[in-house]
Amino acid sequence: MHAYANPTRFLKLARPLTPLLLVSGLLMVGASLAWGYFAAPPDRLMGDTVRILFLHVPAAWLGMGGWTAIAIASLVELVWRHPLAALAARGVALPGMVFTAICLVTGSIWGRPTWGSWWVWDGRLTSMLVLLFLYFAYIGLTQAVDREGASSRIAAIFGLVGAINIPIINRSVVWWNSLHQPPSLTMGKSSIDSEFLWPLLGSTLGFSLLFGGIVLARMRTLLAERQTEARLRRKAAAAEAGV
Amino acid sequence: MSALKPKHQRLVLVIVAVIALIAAGLLAAYALRNQASYFYVPTQMIAEPPAPTQAVRLGGMVQAGTLETMPDGVTVSFVVGDGEEQVPVRFAGILPDLFVEGSGVVAEGKLGADGTFIADNLLAKHDENYIPRELEDMTAAQVEQTVLETAR
Repeated sequence: MHAYANPTRFLKLARPLTPLLLVSGLLMVGASLAWGYFAAPPDRLMGDTVRILFLHVPAAWLGMGGWTAIAIASLVELVWRHPLAALAARGVALPGMVFTAICLVTGSIWGRPTWGSWWVWDGRLTSMLVLLFLYFAYIGLTQAVDREGASSRIAAIFGLVGAINIPIINRSVVWWNSLHQPPSLTMGKSSIDSEFLWPLLGSTLGFSLLFGGIVLARMRTLLAERQTEARLRRKAAAAEAGV
Repeated sequence: MSALKPKHQRLVLVIVAVIALIAAGLLAAYALRNQASYFYVPTQMIAEPPAPTQAVRLGGMVQAGTLETMPDGVTVSFVVGDGEEQVPVRFAGILPDLFVEGSGVVAEGKLGADGTFIADNLLAKHDENYIPRELEDMTAAQVEQTVLETAR
């Protein structure tokens, strides 16, 4: 674990891994979505509307997985002061927010023909919207903290506290009566026919690889930005000393 | 014992904070257990009927064989049940595509004094099962078998 605390060692690994994850993720997503959109059969009740599942469900999982990763990275940052943890949390925030937004938009498009409503304020939809707002707040907070030079620990505490929403999203359809259906996939059980399940698992794997690639690319960008800033500061100091 | 490493001290602090946070979250969720529900099921609605002026939502399964169209052609009546209690519902308007007998529904409206729920909007509730259309032509027993196989 601590072997990769060193940014140089991290970069050595991240440099070849970034394109690998991005390309394999894109191929996997393309193949799975083509399968889901053209080869999978229509659903008994929903017809072709079921095809949005292959985009909506991975987006929902990755939106929630993203914040779980932020919470873990925040814990590592707070306790072990791992130099890359803060960077990892910032790298996850942007794709996490985008996938949460994709989940909400595709869910809304699915809800109109299926339920007869674009949006309802039930437990699942509301808690997912709260997650999107938490992402907005987290990204704003990290940017403000980094710009003002304040302690990054404020953002880490927020990342950890915000994680309380994740089990609430997960349990919202079990604890409360909701319009959103209860989970189809539970421990070792699936109520999704295999004709839908395989393209769903394929697109989930593909989007996860893509997510990983984006996170590494973001982390490398942030690292490069920091190095540039440090170099400029050193240069300015040297110029001042020379005069 | 006094020489607790700063790293371990932070770990203990964070763990205590996380436990307190989870407890707070669970307490809040417990307190919200009724308010956060999107609809009442027939059992709840019969045990504690809402005032006739109060807008509420009723959710449950449309009981098979109860869907009837009134002579005016736009008003339908059906019975919503949750396996224990049943509430008759009346609705005038366009039915959602997925609205069929035997599937879930959420009706928005008011409970009339005679115990009939007057809905002004219907939402179809989709269940957690995703089944291809080919299976539709099978007999009910075959579908059940296939669903069971999928569930396994």
